[in-house]
Amino acid sequence: MTRKRFKAAAAMSALLLLAVSACSQGSTTKQPEAGSSQSAGPAHIKIAYQQWGPGVVMKNFLTGVKAEYESANPGSTVEILPIVASENDYYTKLQLMMRSPNTAPDVVYEDTFLINSDITAGYLRPLDDYIKNWDQWGQFEDTAKGAAKALDGKTYGIPDGTDTRALWYNKQLFAKAGLPADWQPKSWDDVLSAARTIKEKVPGVIPMNVYSGKPMGEASAMQGFEMLLYGTKDTLYNNDQQKWVVGSQGFKDALNFVKTVYSEGLGPSPKQALDPNMGSKVGTELLPGGKLAIALDGSWIYGNWQKTGAKPWPQWTDVLGQTAMPTQDGSGKGKVSLSGGWTWAIPAKSKNPDAAWNLIKTLQTQKNAAKYATDGAQIAVRKDVANDAGYKSSSKSTQFFTDLVSVTVYRPAYAEYPKVSNEIITAMEAVMTGQSSPDDAAKTYDEAVEGIVGKDKTTQGQ
Amino acid sequence: MTTTVAPTSAASAPPGKSAGKSGRPKAAKLFRMLPLSPAIGLMLVFLAGPIIYCLYAAFTNMALTGTGAANVKFVGLDNFRKAFGSGAFTNAIWLTLVFTLISAIIGQNTLGLGLSLLMRRSTKVVRNFVGTAVIGAWVLPEVVAAYLLSAFFNDEGTLNVMLHAVGLPGQDWLYAAPIIAVSLANIWRGTAFSMLVYSAALSEVPKEIEESAEMDGASGYRRLLFVTLPMISRAVMTNLMLITLQTLSVFGLIYAMTRGGPGTKSQTLPLYMYEQAFSFSQIGYGTAIALVMLAIGAVFSLIYLRGLNSEAA
Repeated sequence: MTRKRFKAAAAMSALLLLAVSACSQGSTTKQPEAGSSQSAGPAHIKIAYQQWGPGVVMKNFLTGVKAEYESANPGSTVEILPIVASENDYYTKLQLMMRSPNTAPDVVYEDTFLINSDITAGYLRPLDDYIKNWDQWGQFEDTAKGAAKALDGKTYGIPDGTDTRALWYNKQLFAKAGLPADWQPKSWDDVLSAARTIKEKVPGVIPMNVYSGKPMGEASAMQGFEMLLYGTKDTLYNNDQQKWVVGSQGFKDALNFVKTVYSEGLGPSPKQALDPNMGSKVGTELLPGGKLAIALDGSWIYGNWQKTGAKPWPQWTDVLGQTAMPTQDGSGKGKVSLSGGWTWAIPAKSKNPDAAWNLIKTLQTQKNAAKYATDGAQIAVRKDVANDAGYKSSSKSTQFFTDLVSVTVYRPAYAEYPKVSNEIITAMEAVMTGQSSPDDAAKTYDEAVEGIVGKDKTTQGQ
Repeated sequence: MTTTVAPTSAASAPPGKSAGKSGRPKAAKLFRMLPLSPAIGLMLVFLAGPIIYCLYAAFTNMALTGTGAANVKFVGLDNFRKAFGSGAFTNAIWLTLVFTLISAIIGQNTLGLGLSLLMRRSTKVVRNFVGTAVIGAWVLPEVVAAYLLSAFFNDEGTLNVMLHAVGLPGQDWLYAAPIIAVSLANIWRGTAFSMLVYSAALSEVPKEIEESAEMDGASGYRRLLFVTLPMISRAVMTNLMLITLQTLSVFGLIYAMTRGGPGTKSQTLPLYMYEQAFSFSQIGYGTAIALVMLAIGAVFSLIYLRGLNSEAA
């Protein structure tokens, strides 16, 4: 027998085998047991999430859930779709996929800041009919339930955690600079003077990181800018008047802070800061490497240093301290934090919404929710997870960041917010690179916001 | 975006051969068109289709998210009003013109002409060596070229090392002077094209004419200005038109080197369009900017075409 014929025969038999196994699988599939969770029948479900940098927590979590779902629903398959893209590109790619039934995933991971915009776009399916019969929904905190509720009163996403933001600082570097191990800054000036001390006494390290500029997308807007702005007397949005704030002194002050950090060399070089990988660099290189003294960052970054994380670093609990970001001059509550979070949602053009919902339920069993909250370094949004012993003991910082919930602020995540956010990061980048003065950048922002929401929906700040 | 406007050949066809006089039945003529129909169909679907869609989208609020994604509405000239009222847009236009002027009209054009003039007089070895080096830069894929050049212009890159070696201060080119850096990169990459066009044109110039000019006592510089250049003026115009249109739409090189940054210091129109359409989800606005780019390309083409026609007359 010639090689060629042998190959052909092998290919044929392989094909046959495949077909046979597919048939047998179909015919011998056990009817799903009667009950709520498995009524959808076998289906191929695609689940999309963002994969950027070396993090593997979500990938591992989804791989576990996939196995669990597939063994509970014989015949069904779960396809994990990692969308490899930086912050802004992820949303773009996801939106393009959700536009067509041919490419729409069945379950998508949506940031709460964007979800209202995507709901307005008609990309997502309301989940109320499913939630109605779901016994777990009562476990969710009310604020979390509201995270993915649209103006039409319907809920479009199931939150899997929230977060708060504060200052992380390296106690070893602080000791070298003669700064206290129990650092409690009371105002922006305290923060800046600590950074100046580091710069002077510990050369070779970056004194402070404040995310800034377009490449870091929403991280710049939220961890960077809004953590500053909400410490002034101004905000982005006036809830009483239901209008966007323009022309505020707080906006200029926040930009001035950014300018000070980058022009005095208290931060990374603007070029470093404009690297789209800056987020994972801070978590996996700069902080663990002792190259960064103060980081204005999220509650979740210790997820990088756990055994399951991208850069296991057990010593972090001793090396790093956490302290709340102070308000501009210590007034108000004295400290500030912002909260966001992500949700699981079902695109309107998904072909298997019922199966997708079953997958979300599997993602959100108490066990899986607790696992993700622990590995993903989330702040729990479920009461049963918040009381879970494993979760509570998972990290030394959990309690600190959970306590910040009492001062935390949510973004005005209306449909226009993503556009406004883009203008914020454009203004930041103009200021940090020295292209515009804070006043000019604020003026450009004001004009842009008036263009986005309409002049009648804006109000003057203080 | 391809905006190459080819000079129409129909105008120059002899009048006697124009269609319609032969008296053949119409059916036969249609039948002769039949083999062309697949090509025409493909052109309509894949070339005219997107252009018409782009024309439509530019006058709408089409977006990837938010209201513009759910119900696309006509907004008239709003996108254009927004563009011309926006500092970022004027900045992008300005940078595009600077980029085109420095890198195409001055850089690639004169360097290409200079190289081809020098190569005409040089030995075969030198000619082959220079030709290979210059064309090598052109053959490289855009992203590879961009990567090489960002390594070259980097803070610790080759250029600064060389400058330091001769005692000159360096600077972070991609950060301090990004538009200059990308312009130089584009010259490096695109000179080969101009050089090839001019080499071809110069080889058509009869040696006798230059020799007789030399006999008449014309210096080298005068021979170039009054004899050689006028004889290749059509090639000059064609080359200028092609490289201008190519350079107006350069995207990959700049994106890979600076992403239009820092800030907006190297954000030419194609990069601004990409940012608005795909980073900031404003498809309608992005396509409106594309139309403006098309218009700028058309203006340049018209100028050059006029130049070509007046030469021909």
